[in-house]
Amino acid sequence: MDYLPFEQPIADLEAEIHDLESQQDESAEAVELLRQKKSELARITDEIYSQLTPWQTVLVARHKNRPHTIDYLSLVFDEFVELHGDKFFGDDRAMRTGFAKLDDRKVLVIGHQKGRNYKERTENFFGCAHPEGYRKAMSKMRLAAKYGLPVICLIDTPGAYPGIGAEERGQAQVIAENMYEMSRLETPIVCVVIGEGGSGGALGIGVGDRVAMMQHSYYSVISPEGCAGILWKNAEFAEKAAEALKFTSKNLKRLGIVDEVIPEPRGGAHRDHHMTASRLKQFLGKSLKNLCDMPTDELLNQRYEKFRQIGVFLEETSQEETSLAD
Amino acid sequence: MRCPDCSKAIFRKEADKRQGICPECGYHLYVSAKNRVEQMLDAGTFEEWDGDLRPADPLEFKDKKPYAKRLVAEQKRTGLSDAALTGTGMIRARRVAVGITDSAFIMGSMGSVVGERLTRLIERATEQDLPLIIVSGSGGGARMHEGILSLMQMAKVSAALARYDQAGGLYISVLTHPTMGGVAASFALLGDVVFAEPKALIGFAGPRTIKATIRLELPEGFQTSEFLLKHGYIDRIVRRPNLKSEIARTIDYCGK
Ligand SMILES: [Zn+2]
Repeated sequence: MDYLPFEQPIADLEAEIHDLESQQDESAEAVELLRQKKSELARITDEIYSQLTPWQTVLVARHKNRPHTIDYLSLVFDEFVELHGDKFFGDDRAMRTGFAKLDDRKVLVIGHQKGRNYKERTENFFGCAHPEGYRKAMSKMRLAAKYGLPVICLIDTPGAYPGIGAEERGQAQVIAENMYEMSRLETPIVCVVIGEGGSGGALGIGVGDRVAMMQHSYYSVISPEGCAGILWKNAEFAEKAAEALKFTSKNLKRLGIVDEVIPEPRGGAHRDHHMTASRLKQFLGKSLKNLCDMPTDELLNQRYEKFRQIGVFLEETSQEETSLAD
Repeated sequence: MRCPDCSKAIFRKEADKRQGICPECGYHLYVSAKNRVEQMLDAGTFEEWDGDLRPADPLEFKDKKPYAKRLVAEQKRTGLSDAALTGTGMIRARRVAVGITDSAFIMGSMGSVVGERLTRLIERATEQDLPLIIVSGSGGGARMHEGILSLMQMAKVSAALARYDQAGGLYISVLTHPTMGGVAASFALLGDVVFAEPKALIGFAGPRTIKATIRLELPEGFQTSEFLLKHGYIDRIVRRPNLKSEIARTIDYCGK
């Protein structure tokens, strides 16, 4: 187990419990002690995870054992048929797209993929997609709309890739086009931020009828490091920037940006992939059930209004804060 | 002042007589949104829309300076209430809906007011069947100080443009120095016809971010208007004195 710095009390208790268990002492006292330690572990884990700071949330969202798109593809869906081609430049491994089955329902899944070990991470550009990834996502979304499949987008990226090739191949263009086309795509779209919701790179597959976040994910206009670098002139102020940006699931629910926060198991998604996946599955099933019965006009109007109402500003005539979002 | 391109000492007044163009080398210097209105629209035809919107501080954001104070200072310094000016006016006697972002107001970044003004502009252009012109100038992209609300303005404005497109509207986007980040990655690059002023910096990621990521020197002319033209992302590079007639001509070709 890889522990995050603030998880030290959890690490200590788990080590103690491990020791006790390995002693195989079956006396009543030993059994009772073990029971006590386990309940203390549960209590401490809940306590730590109920009061994560925004920066700690970032660390959890980036945890290397956190379930990624391909983990959900096997745990949530009964089948995944990957479709690789963007028919333009190349197969971006930071973006996975394909047919899948959610119980009996045929769907199209799109998701950023970070990779777990060094080799995977490099191949996947650490989950930072290039223009070909966004183009691939859009071409598969069109395919889905043509054949009446709902679209599920799993968002997990530090941001769209910043590089020479990415700029040459139109990174800004493809993100703009994806939002533009997703806003009027004639099929239901459900988006879930499963880890990092990094800026335009997230929004490039983030316009949908339902937008949800896993409890310990974050969704931000800029990375905390990037924000600190610009506003504090020093990336070491990332922790402060994380506070200021108010990007946790709780904040976004309050601001009316996300419809639902999907609770994570005790101690975060990385401690129990199965339970996390089953909660995600439940949310997806429920959302699609509602959306798939809706007439297309109504669906698209609701989608438009969902984003249309976002924004907080004053109108001088009334001098009242206009927040139509919730 | 010194021209940022040829580094020669020039008088701003001399440049202003030439629509903000360097008298020595022809470089296109910054012009404010208000001056842009004068340059682009027929004299006295501009009517501002939604000028009564004011930015709020929904996150109570504070970096080295509280956002609320920063806003007041920027408003005082620029004479603008936020980074976009929107309204209607005439271009060579053709009525248009026009939006201009001013790169001097918090880097021309888009927060809730910019997003809302542009969205209302696009919606009104749709209702009134007007050609839409948006002049972008933003080094900042989505405004950090309004967090996720700023990011979502990208989706909101893009969705409004998709509806305008559906209704058959003509959108001419004009990119000026600089057009970066969330502004480039939303309305700026969604024009039916995209113009750029010469030598403008246009792109998604900032050059410094890219350099830090790839640890290589960036090629000469990277992310300039000329670079985008070569790679196929803009239609024409248009010098400022020709902008008005180029826009009018495009409107005429598209029968609007
Ligand atoms: Zn010059």
